[in-house]
Amino acid sequence: MIRMLHTIPVLAAKEIRDGLRNRWVAATILLLGSLALALSFLGSAPTGEIKAGVLEVSVVSLTSLSMYLLPLIALMLSFDALVGEFEHGTMLLLLTYPVARWQIVAGKFLGHTAILLVAIMVGYGSALGVLILVGEGDTTGWQAYAAMMASSLLLGCAFLAIGYLISSLARERAVATGAAVVIWLLLVVLYDLGLLSALMIDEGKYISEGLFSVLMLVNPADAYRLFNFTGFGEVGRLVGATGVGAGFESGWVAPVISMGLWVIIPFLVTVARFHRREL
Amino acid sequence: MNTAHVIELRAVDKHYDKAVVVDGIDLQVDPGECFVLVGHNGAGKTTIMKLMLGLTRPSTGQVLVLDEDPASRMFAARRQALGYLPESASFYSNMTGLELLGYYAHLKGVPKTEVDQRLQQVGLHAAAARRLHTYSKGMRQRLGLAQAILGAPRLLFLDEPTTGLDPLLRRDFYQIISDLRASGTTVVISSHALNEIEAQADRIAVIKHGHLVACGSLPDLGRQVGLPVRTRIAVAAGNAARVAGQLAAHIKIDRVNDHSVDLICPEDEKMSVLRHIADLGDTVLDVSMTTPCLDEIYLHFMNGEGP
Repeated sequence: MIRMLHTIPVLAAKEIRDGLRNRWVAATILLLGSLALALSFLGSAPTGEIKAGVLEVSVVSLTSLSMYLLPLIALMLSFDALVGEFEHGTMLLLLTYPVARWQIVAGKFLGHTAILLVAIMVGYGSALGVLILVGEGDTTGWQAYAAMMASSLLLGCAFLAIGYLISSLARERAVATGAAVVIWLLLVVLYDLGLLSALMIDEGKYISEGLFSVLMLVNPADAYRLFNFTGFGEVGRLVGATGVGAGFESGWVAPVISMGLWVIIPFLVTVARFHRREL
Repeated sequence: MNTAHVIELRAVDKHYDKAVVVDGIDLQVDPGECFVLVGHNGAGKTTIMKLMLGLTRPSTGQVLVLDEDPASRMFAARRQALGYLPESASFYSNMTGLELLGYYAHLKGVPKTEVDQRLQQVGLHAAAARRLHTYSKGMRQRLGLAQAILGAPRLLFLDEPTTGLDPLLRRDFYQIISDLRASGTTVVISSHALNEIEAQADRIAVIKHGHLVACGSLPDLGRQVGLPVRTRIAVAAGNAARVAGQLAAHIKIDRVNDHSVDLICPEDEKMSVLRHIADLGDTVLDVSMTTPCLDEIYLHFMNGEGP
């Protein structure tokens, strides 16, 4: 039993080492950090008459950015986690070791989550530090910023799990690559466009406010946006001014549950699929 | 449950879609033996090995390894006792030899000290710090063996282990295998290299189109196919014709020349042939006997009738 417990960290450590070695970690930190800083400085100018802290303004711009970027990063980390090892032939050997299949998925998940965690903490954290320094120690709204960082990790985890699901279903790595791009487009870009067009065509006949909020909540990327836009004090008023997500308050619980389910369900389906797979 | 066998296949079928890869195979592997699977390309050897490793499940029939179903979830912990060298093994090419072996040792719960020892054993110590994409085919194969023997497994599976190895390395390879066997490891090998495997094999299973066409020790197989034992008697020049005349009543003469006589007999008449030769006394200068080798037996089965 003790041996079974140490298996997952060993598998996770390998993913982290791979991430460090192929510069994935460095590239992600650099990307998130520089974009966070750039957006924060650009976004801090036009606050106008609305009284809000620099950090709260940053949460708005960073949420809009992370919503697109983090799913993409997470999918790129995870889409070939299983199919890549099958195709390369390394899975054959790994499965003859005293490792349960769910442990392989859990170990990779843990490793990739750690990579995302470090990237978010260092990337967004360093931007936070710089903003506080520039604002001469003004820490108003740090809670919203911290919540944004935490929810970013959750969003990342949801798309990691989706990536594993793709990886367990695809027969070839090339197919998984395509599927990852399509899933990203569908969930992150086209879903919102579709919802918006539906609203315009519908003109309020069938799509009630309640249904609209449910439709928003079931998409992990929109759940992330709702969490950050309506969850915390001043941020909601800022977003109201920009017009996105206005009209209802979701609170923070429902979006967290939605993103949580997007982690758990694809993960469990992946494990089930993987168990049935024969070599 | 019969605990005498380490591996048991009972009426195992395996088909992918419509292609039948393994067709009604029954076989048992006993503890400590070296069991060799031979057969043409695509005969189903690798699939049989994958079935034994639990990497794939039989379509019908039952596979038991160490008295358990190797494809069950419970079996994961039993894999501690298994070692496997896949045919043309692939590794994580961005790792070094040392890292890779350390990773596998970790997963198997084998102490780190054994990693160095195994690298030394397969002669990769000097290359341990190099990334695997710089390794040659032979080095990769040696690394494959090193990982397979981590933790001195009770059951070792080797799929075409010596392809790509030069003769010197092959000798090292078989030395390592026989050291392990001395400590009680059961070895299952699939191979094309019949002449080199012959000396190692306790029992041989001949697979043809997914069928088990024969299974037994080399002499058993020789008897089954009825290939003759050849005996050559060397005599002093000029005596050959006389000797042949004396033996002709009892034994089939194949060829006679000036100083030697070639005899042919079935496997089970070897001893009586030797007695007849002994009766000739000093006339006989030398005797050599050639039992059918695996190559001949194999060819007989592959060309022969049957499935």
